[in-house]
Amino acid sequence: MLSKIWLIPMLPLLGAAINGLVGPKLSKRAVGFVACGIVLLAFLLSATAVFELSGLPSEERHVTTEIGTWLPLGEVGAKAQNLEVSWGFTLDPLSSVMILIVTGVGFLIHVYATGYMAHEEGFSRFFTYLNLFLAMMLTLVLGSSLLVMFVGWEGVGLCSYLLIGFFYDRPFDERTGMSCADAGRKAFVVNRIGDFAFLIGVLYLATTFGTVEFRGITEGILAGGGSHALLVGVGLLLFLGACGKSAQIPLYVWLPDAMAGPTPVSALIHAATMVTAGVYMVTRMSGLYTAAPEAMAVVAAVGALTAIFAATMGIVATDIKKVLAYSTVSQLGYMFAGAGVGAFGAAIFHLMTHAFFKALLFLGAGSVIHGLDGEQDIRKMGGLKARMPVTYRTMWVATWAIAGIIPFAGFFSKDEILWGAFSSGNKVVWAVLLAGAGTTAFYMFRLLHLVFDGKERSHAHAHESPKSMTMPLQVLAVLSVVGGWIGIPAALTFGANLNFLGSWLEPSIVHAGREAAHEAHASLALEWGLMALALLVAGGGILLARSMYKDREGIAEAWARRFGPLYTMVRNYYWVDELYELVVLRPFYAACRVSRAFDVYVVDGLVNGARHVTIGTSHLSHANDRWIVDGLVNLVGAVVGASAALLRRLQTGVVQSYAAAMVFGIFVLLVLYSLAR
Amino acid sequence: MDPRYVLLLSAVLFSLGVVGVLLRRGAITILMCIELMLNAGNLAFVTFARQAGTAEAQVYVFFVMTLAAAEAAVGLAITIALFRLRESTDIDQIRLLKW
Repeated sequence: MLSKIWLIPMLPLLGAAINGLVGPKLSKRAVGFVACGIVLLAFLLSATAVFELSGLPSEERHVTTEIGTWLPLGEVGAKAQNLEVSWGFTLDPLSSVMILIVTGVGFLIHVYATGYMAHEEGFSRFFTYLNLFLAMMLTLVLGSSLLVMFVGWEGVGLCSYLLIGFFYDRPFDERTGMSCADAGRKAFVVNRIGDFAFLIGVLYLATTFGTVEFRGITEGILAGGGSHALLVGVGLLLFLGACGKSAQIPLYVWLPDAMAGPTPVSALIHAATMVTAGVYMVTRMSGLYTAAPEAMAVVAAVGALTAIFAATMGIVATDIKKVLAYSTVSQLGYMFAGAGVGAFGAAIFHLMTHAFFKALLFLGAGSVIHGLDGEQDIRKMGGLKARMPVTYRTMWVATWAIAGIIPFAGFFSKDEILWGAFSSGNKVVWAVLLAGAGTTAFYMFRLLHLVFDGKERSHAHAHESPKSMTMPLQVLAVLSVVGGWIGIPAALTFGANLNFLGSWLEPSIVHAGREAAHEAHASLALEWGLMALALLVAGGGILLARSMYKDREGIAEAWARRFGPLYTMVRNYYWVDELYELVVLRPFYAACRVSRAFDVYVVDGLVNGARHVTIGTSHLSHANDRWIVDGLVNLVGAVVGASAALLRRLQTGVVQSYAAAMVFGIFVLLVLYSLAR
Repeated sequence: MDPRYVLLLSAVLFSLGVVGVLLRRGAITILMCIELMLNAGNLAFVTFARQAGTAEAQVYVFFVMTLAAAEAAVGLAITIALFRLRESTDIDQIRLLKW
């Protein structure tokens, strides 16, 4: 089975081909069956492969299969190494975790989508894109080289664009007047900026190490290849790519607008899988980043900053999906902060638990929107607890999980990141993340209370969603509870190693050994204390949200008034979109206008000028031809004609006059003859 | 006898012929005036032959008489054909060959 891992991305591709080619002719039932079935097959295949992988000794858990040569590039770079890129797929502990998340959560969301999209147009188109997305995502995580990864990287970007703009004819944002198609375009363009940096980084690595294989690059770095400055530069370039894909400052702006897509898409692509590609990539390149501590510091700083920055916007957003979108940006910040402080395992752990509870939150939100006939404003919801019991209960679990309360999944992963930050000496990062944890708990419980508690503010007749939608919710709810139990820190188990995920991931994570390892010296009491502190902060956020939003209307508005300007600033999302508009788009458009003016007036002017000159010259030439050349010819003709008209009068037809002329001529001749003598 | 008188007579006859050809309307008359001009020529030939005492010029006279006969034959034939067509021999009315 391990030699057939290339089948895992191929299966969803096959599904996309089937639904794309014959989908419109099939019934919705058949389309859903093909799409879900093929993803389930991919999941089972992945599970089998991972099971086989776990049977190998830990140092052999790195299986690569190649299914052909892609780019025989020949000699590349200063040292003229022979570079040949092949379609290689690697299964190792890191990618195994990823494929299980992608196919597992992906399957649940596919099932959910068959219910959610049941009444929408373009059912088969939707599942074509969704299957194609999974194929690309699996290529991304299984690719054995940066370039194969890049294929998936771009492919998921494409699918993201297609799915954000799925309702391309619908308006999306009243504040900015954006349509869904605009949102898709925005996501794509912002991602291009990051992708460009990513590609430059890849090419630097290719020319330096003569290979784009992850393993080759890591070995090259461990052997001391590549100058320090190059590694830092490449690390930053790759991280800029990750910023685009994973919505970090400064490229996070597309993710809130990506909520224009159908909710299952938000759950699958913009919460659970695609946006975590950046975290996966940074972890995959751990050898590079640990050799470039400056780049890692940037990763940690950007991650921590994004975590708190996005969390504050989550507090004030009123669109249920936007709250979750900013929450996603914030949680991704946690993952980057974790990777940035060297806790790569913790980052992947949080990636996994986040995939569970954030997918659940999005699907729950989708269920609420579905039940309220498309209403997305949380201020108009409320009191749905009784009407949508399954959705309420599952979202309740997910909210506790994301708030990081023991024993839900989020607690373990978030705590591992916090501990990683603290123990590696990054106290500032730790403090920021701790504050972010409190904020997270606050805005998530605000959401929960506003939507499910209090009195009903909606006039729609809310109803529970069909079984195809609630089943995935329940499965994800279970995972949101138990998902964290595979990474219980040693401190909580009195020394017994129950951190299965950590030890499973260990072979995939390379420490180039230039960063300090503090963990060994930390005392148990300190770790306990920090955990208690994190729980305390989260609990504080929960209680605050409860006191402000549960059954007591008016308090939130009073607070908003008290912090008037601050509230306005956050409510407008710090005017970041407007800032970008002013700093980037306006000058860009101005430059466009300048080059357009150059094109219209100078280039076109030259072309048109040449045309005018040609036409003018031909007019002159025409006049010359007409009046001078033709004139001369006609003049000759006219002279000949006129003289002929005159002279022909002589031909009278009277014979005697001819004879008279003849006689006269003879007479003249005779006279001349006689005179000449 | 002074040949100059004879030559003068010849010139007068020729001039009469010319005037007749130019001025008369009838085709027959014109033909007769042509005969007159030819015979004025003949008279000049004979005069010069007499004065020079040779016979060549007299031979030319025979040629001219032959020519005159042929001319008269052709001319009369045309005239008759013309008359049959137009019932007139008025030369003024025969002016088809003009611009």
